[in-house]
Amino acid sequence: MWRDALLVAGKDLRIEARSKVGLGQVVPFALVVVLLFGLALGPAAGRGSVLSLAAPGLYWVAVLLATVLAVQRSFAIEALDGASDGLKLSGLDPAGIFVGKAAAVCGQLLALEVVLAGAVALLYDRHLAGGLLLVASCVAATVGLVSVGTIYGVVSSGTRQRETLLPLLFFPMVAPILLAATKAWDAALAGTPGRGAGWLDVLAVFAVAYLAMGTVAFGPLLEDA
Amino acid sequence: MSLTTTPTGPGRAGTAVPPAQPTALGPTGGSGVGSVPGRETVRQRRSGRDAAVTATGALALVGVVATVWLGLWVTPPDRFMGNLVRLLYIHPSIAWVMYVCYGVAFLASLLYLWPRTRSLRFDKLAGASSEVGVVFTGLTLVTGSIWGRPTWGVWWTWDPLLTTTALLFVLYLGYLAVRRIPGEPEVCARRSAIAALVAFVDVPICYFSVLWWRSLHQAPTVADPITGKTYVHGSMAWTLLLSFVTFTLVYVWLVARRYRLFVLAEREGDEGLALAIEERRAESLQGHA
Repeated sequence: MWRDALLVAGKDLRIEARSKVGLGQVVPFALVVVLLFGLALGPAAGRGSVLSLAAPGLYWVAVLLATVLAVQRSFAIEALDGASDGLKLSGLDPAGIFVGKAAAVCGQLLALEVVLAGAVALLYDRHLAGGLLLVASCVAATVGLVSVGTIYGVVSSGTRQRETLLPLLFFPMVAPILLAATKAWDAALAGTPGRGAGWLDVLAVFAVAYLAMGTVAFGPLLEDA
Repeated sequence: MSLTTTPTGPGRAGTAVPPAQPTALGPTGGSGVGSVPGRETVRQRRSGRDAAVTATGALALVGVVATVWLGLWVTPPDRFMGNLVRLLYIHPSIAWVMYVCYGVAFLASLLYLWPRTRSLRFDKLAGASSEVGVVFTGLTLVTGSIWGRPTWGVWWTWDPLLTTTALLFVLYLGYLAVRRIPGEPEVCARRSAIAALVAFVDVPICYFSVLWWRSLHQAPTVADPITGKTYVHGSMAWTLLLSFVTFTLVYVWLVARRYRLFVLAEREGDEGLALAIEERRAESLQGHA
């Protein structure tokens, strides 16, 4: 399974390195969202302003929106030229395909989160404190996000309504992640990482639960897609 | 055909899960030779089932009328809440039905995925039950909101139960959207069943994460499970009990009707195609003649 996962993840990341869709479209999109929040809730910045207080939540909403795009992209590359048939016939372990695709999106999203964190710190004037909690919650939350995204990505990929179906399925599902990740970041940025530890647990539970579910459910879903 | 030997009678027809629909056109098509007695039996069985469903519907209607009468005229106003307490006779029972709906949909999806019990009947049951569930979730939110405004002073609050219920609503709207993805019945059923399981697993996670977040909703105070003491007495208790039974009957009736609609829609799909082919064939023959 792990070898298959590495293979699939390598393939997806190579496609991304050559096409640069994530870098050229998803990252700019997330930055646009951060700017839009500034326009909606600004113009005041600095300590105590709405933007600064809401920074953790706005950051995670931007990540959620970017995740949908990244997942859609991840399945769009399988949609053309019979690539999905090739994947089904390749004899790779479906659980491996799931982990591989999720890992590739996860890697891209983690890179995006670093850029976005810089943008939020700069534009919303929040000092990025509590580094370890920030990183840990990012990793746990992203694993959960891409697990759900990959499960629903394959559900909606074979249909004609994939652009509208995926967000409808995805957002309600990851509401607990948004909640927990925002709270964890809130605690970290406020300089009280102790308060965020419990939320990190929630993120971990969610990540493990959906990662496990995806490895089981992905096979039958891929066959049908 | 095994149909002719199947025992008939309305005795086993009281459940929300009607047996398989053997009337759908078999591979032999319309006028099979041995199908006449089988059809008779099926007709009898179905009429028994229909009678049971109609009886459930009638009982549910009587129950609703009785609940309205008891709830609005017979029971006294509450010492603290006044007439607002009358929402007690609809809001908890509607919420109860909502949980029943999703529970049944979850179990039916599990039964569909389990190879030994795999049957499209369970897929239809899951679809019918979750559709009713979405309606009752909407009703739970609306009645809760109407109750919340005068008692808490707000239409909406970010309380764990409320937030989770709102998420349930959109979650299962998404599930219904998955159900509508066109495709082969077996493929759709499997996809929907997995989606139902995934959605169901999310519910407790949602609940507990929001529970941490904040809390205001009153804990259930109808009865104390530890001391066994009840807090609702006399006519109020009876009306409350009646409302639970009534809304459960309403649920059974709605699901049975919705299930029947699924079966009919499927038949229309099958027979409609055959009919259309017949018609086109007749047209072309006429054209030649």
